[in-house]
Amino acid sequence: MGSKVNKTHYGYYFIAPFFIGFAVFGLAPILYTLYLSFMKWDGFNDPVYVGVANYTRLLHDSFFYQTIWNTLIIWVLSNAPQLVLALLLALILNEKFIRGKHFFRAVYFFPHIITPVTLGVIFSLMFDWQTGSINKLLMNLGVIDDPVNWFNSPWWSRVIASAVICWQYFGFNMIVFIAGLQSIPSEVYEAAEMDGASKKQTALHITLPLLRPVFLFVFITSVIGGLQLFDAPLMLGDGPGNTSRTMVMYLYETAFKNFDYSYGAAVAYGIFIVVMFFTAITAKASKLKD
Amino acid sequence: MAKVITKGFLYLFLIVVAASCLIPFYSMFITSTHANSDIARKLLLIPGDQFFDNYNRLKETVNIWRGFANTLFITVLSTIINVYFAALAGYGFSKYNFKYRNMLFLIVLGTMMIPGQLGIIGFFKLMDSLHMLNTYWPLILPSIHNAFGIFLMRQFVDSSVPTEIIESGRMDGYGELQIFNRIVLPIMSPALATLGIFAFIGKWNDFLTPMIILFDNNLQTLPVMIASLKSQFTSDFGAQYVGIVIAVVPVLVFFSFMSKRIIDGVAAGAVKG
Repeated sequence: MGSKVNKTHYGYYFIAPFFIGFAVFGLAPILYTLYLSFMKWDGFNDPVYVGVANYTRLLHDSFFYQTIWNTLIIWVLSNAPQLVLALLLALILNEKFIRGKHFFRAVYFFPHIITPVTLGVIFSLMFDWQTGSINKLLMNLGVIDDPVNWFNSPWWSRVIASAVICWQYFGFNMIVFIAGLQSIPSEVYEAAEMDGASKKQTALHITLPLLRPVFLFVFITSVIGGLQLFDAPLMLGDGPGNTSRTMVMYLYETAFKNFDYSYGAAVAYGIFIVVMFFTAITAKASKLKD
Repeated sequence: MAKVITKGFLYLFLIVVAASCLIPFYSMFITSTHANSDIARKLLLIPGDQFFDNYNRLKETVNIWRGFANTLFITVLSTIINVYFAALAGYGFSKYNFKYRNMLFLIVLGTMMIPGQLGIIGFFKLMDSLHMLNTYWPLILPSIHNAFGIFLMRQFVDSSVPTEIIESGRMDGYGELQIFNRIVLPIMSPALATLGIFAFIGKWNDFLTPMIILFDNNLQTLPVMIASLKSQFTSDFGAQYVGIVIAVVPVLVFFSFMSKRIIDGVAAGAVKG
């Protein structure tokens, strides 16, 4: 089979489009952003080299720190209930006696395939203080007498932003958990049953430990994704005193609304460092638990 | 007896969560059929008859079907490019044992770790200097590099495309690219469908890039149009609700036909990831 040896270099042609595409549309913009972060550039005049001035400004920018804090709060408020709900539903839907599994899975997953922007607009309409259905419902039920101006309260703004994210992702993570549960061989459960383990014991000492790799996957993806929240929170607005403005919203506003591209570039790298920092912590913490 | 009660509770829980997934959409639909005066005053639970009035006001200001068609055009083209080049590279990594193969594959996987917005300003500036602003190129061409797709495709080729079939193609005098296009690609169709669904949904929902790249209202995509409803119809809530309905209903129809496939695809992708 002499022909086989000669053909191996064709592999380069087959993978070349990826590397060319990544170089042009991925890597070049990233490096160009790095270059801009050392410049002063408003989009009209020529860029002027200013050294680390943008980064010094970033380190003293209380707005930036506030957006990190906001993002972390929204991340915790959305992911803690979201992951618990996803796991609970996965455990229930993995039981043999439950009927209509496919229907429930499909319904829970549905919010996930709706455009995040649309979800954001839906929630901002639902919680609108004069016309929103939430206030109407609460007033009809007699819970409140006057409409609540949700988006005028820092914490309600954050809770609503978190609710959108939670609502959007729990179905997705539930599917991932179910896939993880189904990859546990049934012999393990049979052995536990033979040894007389109760349902609770089986869940705590067998199912959860075996799900660890799946948890790790879900957790790391939710850290990387959760720190880059943008679409839906943008539709809900910055909140009073910018209390629900996320990091990426700040990047967008700096660069594409105030046209401060060079400072926006420094913000982009600031976000990158924050995301890498928390990803590393997550990866490390999950290893320490062993 | 205790068992029946537990079962009842579990079902109740499942149904309450299911309701919380569907009620917001139901409420959107109902509200879109009422006049603004009713939307402001009442809790609406049953359909009204003002849908077309609201719809006509929406259509006068926003060419929403144009946005729909634009998004469909961009999404279909991107999905085809995405899937084809991911399959090509996945096949290349799987069946050709070239030098530095493993290192290059690790680089591909490494690109997945980069946050999406890191280069967005450079991307904007680069597209500006290439005179591609306000065109669809910056939205479609980047689909050539999809690291996750390559990863999925390589797994599939490793397990399901026998090397003998490639050898026999060479015996028949096919060129390497011909073998891929005519013999391998058809075998890969289940994996292509799974990746295609992911790519389609991802592109359909794309928001930040079209928002900064496109200026012309007639070129704009549906998500950006939906996002601008609030500022364009400040007090006309009926029109906003109709816009949401137009954005959601096609996805609902698509999902009701494809839900099993989509969910199985997500599960398969997650287990491999």
